[in-house]
Amino acid sequence: MNDVAAATLFPAAARAAPRVPVLDVADLSVEFRTRSGTVRALDGVSLQVHRGECLGVVGESGSGKSVTAYAVMRLLDPAARITGGRITFGGMDMLGAGDADLADLRGRELSMIFQSPRASLNPIRPVGTQIADVLLRHGGVTRAQAPARAAALLAEVGIPDPERRARAYPFELSGGMCQRVGIALALACRPALLIADEPTTGLDVTTQAVIMDLVLGLAKARGMATVLITHDLGLATEYCDSIAVMHAGHVVETAPTAALFATPRHPYTARLIGATPRPGLALGDLASIPGSLPDLRRDDLPACRFLDRCERVRPDCAAAPLPRRTEAARMVACRYPL
Amino acid sequence: MMLAVIAGRLAAALPTLAGVVVVTFLLTRALPGDPAAYFAGPAATREAVEQIRAQLGLDRSLGVQFLGYLRELARGDLGLSITTGQPVLSDIVARLPASAELTLLALLFAALAGISLGALAALRPNGWLDNLCRVIATLGVCLPAFFTGLLLIYVFYYLLGWAPAPLGRLDAFAAPPPHVTGFFLIDSLLAGDGETFRSALAQILLPALSLGIFAVAPIARITRGSMLAVMSSDFIRAARAHGLSARTVVIAYALRNALLPVVTTLGMVFSFLLGANVLIEKVFAWPGIGSYAVEALIASDYAPVQGFVMTMGFLYVLLNLAIDLLYRVIDPRMEVTA
Amino acid sequence: MSAASLAHARHVLSGNPVTALAFGLFALLVGTAIIGPELVPFDPIAAAGPALQPPSARHPFGTDAIGRDVFSRVIAAARLDLGMAFAAVAIVFACGTLAGAAAGLFGGWTDRIVGRLADTIMAFPLFVLAMGIVAALGNTVTNIVIATAVVNFPLYVRIARTEASTRRGAGYVEAARLSGYGEAHILFREILPNLLPIMMVQVSLTLGYAILNCAGLSFIGLGVRPPAPEWGIMVAEGASAIISGEWWIALFPGLALMTAVFTFNLLGDGLRDIVDPRRRT
Repeated sequence: MNDVAAATLFPAAARAAPRVPVLDVADLSVEFRTRSGTVRALDGVSLQVHRGECLGVVGESGSGKSVTAYAVMRLLDPAARITGGRITFGGMDMLGAGDADLADLRGRELSMIFQSPRASLNPIRPVGTQIADVLLRHGGVTRAQAPARAAALLAEVGIPDPERRARAYPFELSGGMCQRVGIALALACRPALLIADEPTTGLDVTTQAVIMDLVLGLAKARGMATVLITHDLGLATEYCDSIAVMHAGHVVETAPTAALFATPRHPYTARLIGATPRPGLALGDLASIPGSLPDLRRDDLPACRFLDRCERVRPDCAAAPLPRRTEAARMVACRYPL
Repeated sequence: MMLAVIAGRLAAALPTLAGVVVVTFLLTRALPGDPAAYFAGPAATREAVEQIRAQLGLDRSLGVQFLGYLRELARGDLGLSITTGQPVLSDIVARLPASAELTLLALLFAALAGISLGALAALRPNGWLDNLCRVIATLGVCLPAFFTGLLLIYVFYYLLGWAPAPLGRLDAFAAPPPHVTGFFLIDSLLAGDGETFRSALAQILLPALSLGIFAVAPIARITRGSMLAVMSSDFIRAARAHGLSARTVVIAYALRNALLPVVTTLGMVFSFLLGANVLIEKVFAWPGIGSYAVEALIASDYAPVQGFVMTMGFLYVLLNLAIDLLYRVIDPRMEVTA
Repeated sequence: MSAASLAHARHVLSGNPVTALAFGLFALLVGTAIIGPELVPFDPIAAAGPALQPPSARHPFGTDAIGRDVFSRVIAAARLDLGMAFAAVAIVFACGTLAGAAAGLFGGWTDRIVGRLADTIMAFPLFVLAMGIVAALGNTVTNIVIATAVVNFPLYVRIARTEASTRRGAGYVEAARLSGYGEAHILFREILPNLLPIMMVQVSLTLGYAILNCAGLSFIGLGVRPPAPEWGIMVAEGASAIISGEWWIALFPGLALMTAVFTFNLLGDGLRDIVDPRRRT
């Protein structure tokens, strides 16, 4: 499916003026019911991604990055409940959409690549067949054309000898190859938005760079919006246009990448930057962030969930509501920003 | 390639087959009291007993006897049945198709019912179907097979009049179809004889159901557990993220993966079925090898019983081999080496 | 059992009414087996009224083809059925646990021989093998018990072996070795006592299977001879009657069997929860 076809099927995204976001998450809150209590996984999360832009979502494990991604895709666990906010994709309200509409959108306009590449593939189905499944589902190819198209997609993501590889099973491919297959699956129908959930965490360093270049290269070429979820601030800095920093279910700061690095405004962001390896810094120069994420099952969570780990904390930091100051293209959720 | 695997697995099964032969020999010869008297039967005269003793070589040492036993086996000589007067082997060969048809039909029913029930229960955990599945699984293992058969006869034959009298493979007016496989259902279809087919089907339905019900519980339980595990796996979430239809996700992706553990439990299920087969044949007067052995056992005619035990042992080993090969064929991840 | 494990057991039972029910039913069954035959209204083996009477106030389970009171027979049969099952399980528990633990602890030839024995038994459909054993040894109740014990042997061996070989390198075993204790002492004093809780779970679960096995063998006419009351043989006696509509002769012994097996399975599950909650399905 080429870009013209995509544009016709999904005019909103194609025609979107650069400042109307492809994805607009506004004040999203998500809870999980567990046996040991209710986990307030997300609280008032807001972010936007524009056409052709790459947004990085950065944070520690458990900060809610993946939960946000699954919430956008409407693929949360049954134990999860969306308790507030709005998710708008290309002008469409995702929270009100029916299952049939969602299944139609997923894979076609909105898709995802996952953290463990081999685990995200059907272990007993040849990879070419899996790509063909997606192609046939979203239309545009006949049963006869599908295998050839699948092989072509494998070639696009840089897999050598694609016709033969299409008959391979995931266990016969390396991790890097599996991730390439995952990318081919996600991009098969030329979606308007790609969410990449820690796409390189399971891969070795050289493969990481190759995969990231591949994804972002394809994205730029098609004007596709990308959300890159990662715990690696350095990786986000290298590839993303703007970055949203998450901590304990809050987005604590959003800014264009260069500005974020030059002038971080949230204490957590500053700490993260201080803990990120960069050329010229020795290991001893890095500073870890004290403490750990608060227990999100507590009923008495303070307005700012970072205050137990913050060196600038003041008594009124715990008072609700958590102020979010927006200026220019930046947002910071702090009462006393840097 | 496949032949090499089959040959390899057969070779691995040889020690087990040898074990079957040894055990059957010991059972034959380890009879307390005078084995010759056992084989001559309760009505034999003294001379007849001595004749049998010489004939069967029971006056020689155990080692020599074992060699003789092996020679007889190689010739296909399993002894003579006192009650029918026929060689045991020809009796067994004549009656085996009846048992095989019954057991296979029961397995088919159990597999279809068990897999559907288990899969559907897993799709809606804690729903009414899931609870029903759990009840059936719990009660199913408590019911003696012979009791189920009798209950079904009472309800469906006596009360409702839907089932025919449990008098064997065909009703009194039908004649067996020309012998091709020995399976009346298949043979009557091959001969184009609809009347006989209907009669055979009516007669086999109730016994097959009684036998199969026993096996529905373990199959349903394994399928349910396996399906639950698969449905919460990464690749299913990825498949949904690609927008694949619910039908594709559940059947082509989830169920196929979930069935793999079910295949491995088929061996245990067969052990159930082959044992319960004997009981069901008694209840329904089914002319298979189970009732043959039981009748012989009651009449103190021991050669048929030994032949029966050995045949079942051989069959079971070969069945397990077949299941193992089936698993290797279905799961592409299995090393296709011997 | 230590005070701590008793307290734990009580805690689990209080939170788990189903297990408590299982224990209660178990006690009822055992009680019936022990004193039932003394308390029944009619003599189980003598005619007590007209034949083939449906259930009534006088004969709550009706009468059979010879006029015997079915209720009395069902109650009296508990002793034989439970007796056979308990005996068979006791034998296989003792032999199987010992053999399996020895195989797991010592390895080498012990392991190989025990393993080969268990594999050979499992090469047969178990009920068929039981038939063969009864045929070989003779058609008596004792041999039914032995046959049932033999076919359950591989299961106990497997579990005991796994547990023993896991514990083979455990700290207290090493300590015992270093203190100079011989391997036999280690087997009996260190390994076996630790295996007991897990094996008890198996005992309970296989009691159900043993009862079905014994009843099945009796049903086809082995071992128990009329007029002895036993659930399997009573179902066989009722089989011909059911075709002409006299359902009570086969139904009540069948239900009794079901109740017994159900109780043992429930008990086994409950014991498993007490002993090792991780294994709950």
